[in-house]
Amino acid sequence: MLGFLARRVGQTILTLLFVSVLIFGLQQLMPGDPALVLAGEERGDPAVLAQIRAELNLDKPLPVQYALWLQGVLTGDLGYSWRIREPIAAVIAQKLPVTLQLGLMAFVIALLIGIPMGILSAVRKDTLLDWSANAVGLAGLSLPNFWLGIMLILLFSVELGWLPPSGYVPLSEDWRQSLATTIMPAFVLGSGIAAVFMRHMRSAMLQALAEDYVRTARAKGLAERVVVLKHALRNALVPVVTLGALELGTLLSGAVLTEQVFSIPGFGKLIVDAVFNRDYPVVQGVVLVTAALYVLLNLVADVLYVLINPRLRHA
Amino acid sequence: MMFRKTLLAAAALVAALAASPAPAQTLRIGLAEDPDILDPTLARTFVGRIVFASLCDKLFDIDKDLRIVPQLATGFTWDDPKTLTITIRQGVKFHDGETMDAEAVRYSLTRHLTMQGSFRRGEINSMESVEVVNPTTVRIRLKEPFAPFLAQLTDRAGMIVSPKAAEAAGPQFGTRPVCAGPFRFVERVAQDRIVVERFLDYWDAGRIHLQRIVYQPIPDSTVRLANLQAGSLELIERVSPNDVPAVQRNARLRLSMSDELGYQGITINVGNGPRAQTPLGQNAKVRQAFDLAIDRATIIQVVYNGMFTPTAQAVPPSSPFHVRSLTPPTRDVARARALLREAGVQTPVRIVLTVPNAPDARQVGEVIQAMAAEAGFEISINAMEFASSLQAAARGDFEAYYIGWSGRTDPDGNLWSFIHSRGPQNDGRYSNAEVDRLLDAARVESDPEKRIALYEQMYRIAVVEDRSRLYLWHRKNIVAHTARLSGFVAVPDGLIRVRDLRLAN
Repeated sequence: MLGFLARRVGQTILTLLFVSVLIFGLQQLMPGDPALVLAGEERGDPAVLAQIRAELNLDKPLPVQYALWLQGVLTGDLGYSWRIREPIAAVIAQKLPVTLQLGLMAFVIALLIGIPMGILSAVRKDTLLDWSANAVGLAGLSLPNFWLGIMLILLFSVELGWLPPSGYVPLSEDWRQSLATTIMPAFVLGSGIAAVFMRHMRSAMLQALAEDYVRTARAKGLAERVVVLKHALRNALVPVVTLGALELGTLLSGAVLTEQVFSIPGFGKLIVDAVFNRDYPVVQGVVLVTAALYVLLNLVADVLYVLINPRLRHA
Repeated sequence: MMFRKTLLAAAALVAALAASPAPAQTLRIGLAEDPDILDPTLARTFVGRIVFASLCDKLFDIDKDLRIVPQLATGFTWDDPKTLTITIRQGVKFHDGETMDAEAVRYSLTRHLTMQGSFRRGEINSMESVEVVNPTTVRIRLKEPFAPFLAQLTDRAGMIVSPKAAEAAGPQFGTRPVCAGPFRFVERVAQDRIVVERFLDYWDAGRIHLQRIVYQPIPDSTVRLANLQAGSLELIERVSPNDVPAVQRNARLRLSMSDELGYQGITINVGNGPRAQTPLGQNAKVRQAFDLAIDRATIIQVVYNGMFTPTAQAVPPSSPFHVRSLTPPTRDVARARALLREAGVQTPVRIVLTVPNAPDARQVGEVIQAMAAEAGFEISINAMEFASSLQAAARGDFEAYYIGWSGRTDPDGNLWSFIHSRGPQNDGRYSNAEVDRLLDAARVESDPEKRIALYEQMYRIAVVEDRSRLYLWHRKNIVAHTARLSGFVAVPDGLIRVRDLRLAN
C-alpha cells in the first residue's frame, strides 16, 4: 500500500507540472491582449499599455514569465490578481470553502436522488415506476441549469418569498442563512448529476442482477432485499464510484453557469471573470488548484475501490 | 407515502430557512459587474465609479443638467487660459481624521499625474504644475489651454485621497481606500460585496440619511431584478430595457431613466491596413447608402423595447454640447440604392460587421443585416468575444465594428480620441486635416457657443460628408429601486449619488 501511495504521489506532482505548462501555453493562444483589457477605456494610450506590460512582465519572453511564476508557486506565492490587486492565494482561500460547500451539497442531493432511483428502476424494470424514473432523469439531464435556476428563483424567491434569490452567506456566519442561499443552486447542480447517477446505477444494477451469484443467492432462499442491497449493489457500485469521483471533481472545479445565475462567489465565477478580464495569474492559480483537487479525488476513488471490492486488492 | 413525508420535510426546511430582512437604513445596491481596484488613481471601470460616489468626494461634481458644481472645491477662476485657481472647502476631514486642505489637493493631483500605473495621467497630462497658495487655495498651471480640464476634475481625477493613508499603503491603497466622501470603507469580498458605512465627520453630514451601503455584483440582469422584486436589494443599476414594463407594473418599485453620456455606433475601417480596401472603406457614397439603409428607431424598438434615443452624433441631447441641427437620417432604401449605383460598385456590396458576442449586440447585427440587404448589401456578422474584438479593431482587423463608448462629461472625451488623425482610439484611421484643425480649436476654446459651432463644422465633414463612423443611439441609464427609497436623482453619467437618499421602513 505504501509503495502504491508513493507511486501515486509522484505521478501527481508530474501531472500538476504538466498541467501548469499546458495552462501557461494555452493562455498565450487566447486572443485579446491582456494589456488592452486591463487598460479599459484608457486603451488608446500607448504609454499606458507599455507601462502595464512592463509592470506585469508581459514584455519578457514566455519561458522567463513561466519561470517567474513557477518560482512563486514553489514558494507558496501564487501572485497578485491584476484586476483587484489582492493576493491570489487569499482569493482562492475565500472561494474554495464556498465551492466545497456548494459542490458537496449538490453531490449529496445527487446521491440521495440518483442512487435509490437507479436501484428501484432496475429492480422494477419495465414498470410504470421505471419509465417515470427514466423520464424524470432525462428531464434532469436536459433542462439547462441557468433556465432551471431562474425558474426556481422566480418561484421560491419572487412569488413565494421563501428563499433569498441569490448571494451567499458563509456557514460559519449563519448556518440557516447559509443553507438558504445554497439550497437552490445545489439542487440545480445536483439534479443534473442525479440523472447521470440514476442511469448508471440502473444499468450496473441490471447487469449485476443477471449474474450467477445473484441467482445462487436467490436459490439459497435469501430475502430479495438482502439479494439486492447486499449482493448486487456492492458489485454494481464500483463503476458508480468512479463516476462519482469524476462528477465531484467537476462540481469542485466550479459550476460556472449556476454560480453566475445565483451570484455565488465561488470558483466558477472567479475563473470566468478572470478569463474575460484576461487576469492570467488568477486563471493559472485556479486551474492549478482545481487540477490538484481532481488528482486527489481520483486517488481517493482508487482507495475506495479497494475498500468496496476486496478482489481488487490483488490486482 | 414516503414521498409525501420527504416533501413535507423539504417544505419545513425551506420555511425554516426563509429570508430574513436586512436592518433598516442599510441600502443594498445590485451592480452589473464586480468593480476593479478601488483606488481613484488606478481604477478603470465604470462600475467602480458607482462605488466611489459614496467613498470619495471630488473637487467638482456634475448635476443632472451636466453643469459643473463645486464639491470639495468652493469655486474657481481662470486667471488666464493656462492658469486655474481653485478655492478649497474648509473644515473637511478624511476618513482617517486627517484634514483635507490645499496640500492634500496638491498631493492627490500629483499622485494622479505621476504614480506608476496611473490611469488618470491621460486625463490631466495638460497639467504642468500645481502649487499651494494658502491652505484653502491651489493654483494649477497648464502646458497649453485645454477647455476640458475642469470637467476632468468632476470624475476620478478630481478625487482627493488622504496623503497619510496613501503614503502608508502605496500601491495597495485601493484595498482600503481613505477619502473624504460621505461613507467610509468597511470591507470587500471579491465578487460578493463591498460594504461602506456612514462617516460621521462628513462635511455635509446633514444630507446623509443612510447608515450603511452594501454593493453586490450580480451580472445577470434577470437575477438582479428578481433580487429587487424579492426585497433582497433596494436599488439596481443597468436594468435591461426589456424588463422596464415589469418594473412599471410593480407598485412597490420605481424607475428612473436618463440618457447616457456616451453612444453606440459603427466604426468603419477607412484606412487601417488591407481590410480598409473595400467599397465601404474607400467610398463615402457606399457608407452613406449603408447609413440610409438602417432604421435606428426600428432597431431600438426590436432589440431595446424602444427605450434608447436615436442619434447622429457623439453627445446626447441632455448635453449642452449637443448640436440641435444634426438629426439622424431617415431610412431611405431607394436613395441608398441610387447612391450605390452612383458609386459604381458591384452589388450586393459585401460587408463583414464585427459585433461583441453579447445577445443584444448580435441581435442588433441581425436587424442591420436584414435592413441593409434590402438596399443591396450582403452583411455577414462576426460575433467576437469583447476583449478579442478590441484587439482586432486596434490592429485594423475589421471592416465595420459595432461598439460603444461610455462617455465623458466634456464632449472632447467623446470625440478627439476617436476622430482626430492622431487620436489613440481612431481604430478606422480616419484622417482629415480640416477635421483635425476644428477638433484642436474646440479643445482650447472656452466659450461654449463657439465650441458648439466648431463641433458642428467638424460633424458636417467627418460624419455627414465622410460618414467615417455611424452614430446609432444613446442608451439609457435605467435604475430601478424600491418605492421606500426617496431622493434618487438620475444624472446622465449613470452614477448613484447617495446624498439625500432616504429609506422609509
